[in-house]
Amino acid sequence: MKTIYLDNNATTQVAPEVVEAMLPYFTELYGNASSMHTFGGQIHGRIEVARAQVAELIGAEPDEIIFTGCGSESDNTALMSAVECNPAKRHVITTRVEHSAILNFCKHLAGKGYRVTYLPVDTLGRLNMDALLESIDDQTAVVSIMCANNETGVIFPIEEIGKMLRARGILFHVDAVQAAGKIPINLKELPVDMISLSGHKLHAPKGIGVLYVRKGTRFCPYLIGGHQERGRRAGTENVASIIGLGKACEMAKKEIAWGTAPLAALRDKLEAALLKSCPDAVVNGDRENRLPNTTSISFEYVEGEAILLRLNEYGICASSGSACTSGSLQPSHVLRAMGIPYTAVHGSVRFSLSSYNRQSEIDRVIEVLPPIIKELRSYSPFGRDKFEQYCRIDAARAD
Amino acid sequence: MWEYTDKVKEYFLKPKNVGEVENADAVGEVGSIICGDALKLSLKVDKETNRIVDAKFQTFGCASAIASSSVLTEIVKGKTLDEASKITNQDIAEYLGGLPDEKMHCSVMGMEALEDAINKYRGVKKVTRPEENIICKCFDVSEEKIRRTAIENNLKTVEDITHYTKAGGGCGMCIPEIEQILKEVWSITEIKERPVEKKKLTNIQRMALIQDVLEREIRPKLKADGGDLDLIDIDGSRVIVGLRGMCVDCPSGGMTIKGIEERLKDVTGQNITVVTE
Repeated sequence: MKTIYLDNNATTQVAPEVVEAMLPYFTELYGNASSMHTFGGQIHGRIEVARAQVAELIGAEPDEIIFTGCGSESDNTALMSAVECNPAKRHVITTRVEHSAILNFCKHLAGKGYRVTYLPVDTLGRLNMDALLESIDDQTAVVSIMCANNETGVIFPIEEIGKMLRARGILFHVDAVQAAGKIPINLKELPVDMISLSGHKLHAPKGIGVLYVRKGTRFCPYLIGGHQERGRRAGTENVASIIGLGKACEMAKKEIAWGTAPLAALRDKLEAALLKSCPDAVVNGDRENRLPNTTSISFEYVEGEAILLRLNEYGICASSGSACTSGSLQPSHVLRAMGIPYTAVHGSVRFSLSSYNRQSEIDRVIEVLPPIIKELRSYSPFGRDKFEQYCRIDAARAD
Repeated sequence: MWEYTDKVKEYFLKPKNVGEVENADAVGEVGSIICGDALKLSLKVDKETNRIVDAKFQTFGCASAIASSSVLTEIVKGKTLDEASKITNQDIAEYLGGLPDEKMHCSVMGMEALEDAINKYRGVKKVTRPEENIICKCFDVSEEKIRRTAIENNLKTVEDITHYTKAGGGCGMCIPEIEQILKEVWSITEIKERPVEKKKLTNIQRMALIQDVLEREIRPKLKADGGDLDLIDIDGSRVIVGLRGMCVDCPSGGMTIKGIEERLKDVTGQNITVVTE
């Protein structure tokens, strides 16, 4: 059975070109970039090429790029650095819909006596800008807000927020793990001090991340040891992955330049077809302002894990915000923050596409998912009256 | 991804007995859409024989919730109500070849729906008492349910309790209370550490010890669940007790007796058997 992979916000396929670029660094080019001999030293130059490729994707200077082990490390490092560099300030602002790498680190800070403000979002997942303004005070060390949400794809107004914070001299960190490679990011214009990226979300391998730190921003390293990354992140470089990430960023840059309209069109087709053929299905989040590859759809009265495991039988990969898939017993914190009713939260399914997806794959999902929803609803004790209504509509259509 | 057994997959992908029994004699309902799973079990009971002749389910929930509900209907069909009332969540999980720890609450949900159906059929008021103490506000789990699930499934940690009842899996505010309950429930095993004169107890000593354990440890626990017990006689190594209150028709009465037996064996260091009058 062929896999239909629509879970690209979870992780992506490593691009074949990326694999090819990496291979020599697992075999003949195994030197250590810190060595004095040419055999090792030449690696340093290759890393710098990759650094420039990464910088190019986000409009940064190469020496503003720090390679890390993952997006979570970048997020943790950014916040840790922000509070360590501003020891007198004991307040951190973030949002209720951040990734757990930010949320749980904020909890950790709260345990150390920091005050943390979690900004609310509205029912479309849009940030409450007034709440942001009101929460800022002279104790605020850093504001950390994601560029685009991983579950809904909703994009936050980073530029607007950045301007507001810069005018007040407050450090601004942006988790751009989901946005990078999907929408243009130009740090020459964006007033942002630190940005986190992750390789495996943009067709590079897992285990490589980036922290961008704007020149002139005070920085305290998280990993302390050797002089790698100019003393900002110790540890022998993950050379092959750095090379792979460089290549992936170069490819992403081209793809964004070509335009993501075809990707968005494929997503929109999937969304429209599912909404049409499944009654009581709604899209979660602001459709006007989201990543071109993401849709979160709630199918009321059915549970997400059941939907995913039925899709799995057809080789179709997606995600859900239901409690049973969240690893805890509570459904998605993002959908709950948006105030999505429980009838819908548990039945949410996220499809996240990539440029590797084809029309035929989307057609397959459009073909198999509606009968799955219908069948699972026939098991459900909820929405019974509605279910009988659908059956009548279906029967009428058949006639 | 969960490690589901083939049996779970089978009952999830092709569940048996979906729907509602027509003119059901008993309907049991547990869970809610807020909690993320809910089960409605309907039974057809032969009035002459008190035998369950048909069972169907409707479930909102994940794969293991659907599979647990479906096998439950298979297990109860053909059983008398008395037999059915002895079915535990372990029976459901075993029939499925096991469930991931995090999913054990699905089997507990099945057992509760069955209990609810049987109680309603027998006209027994729902076992909730007015003074019921809700510990987990997120998932509406009572102290009684936590105690009972802990004892019946031999659960020692808060994590286990969360897996089996969901209690503590929401905001986490009640975790200290759950810890306290577990401490109380298992205080028996902790007291074990004290140097009991296991050797050469005189008859009088042994009888006094048994009486003491029943009085100080066992009865308070049973009372907390609305039950009680009387010590009828001690005949050599045979301890005869009478179950009282809620214990009389408690489906886990057998478990309780076994638990008491283990405890008495432990303190006396002798091969005690506990029987009911």
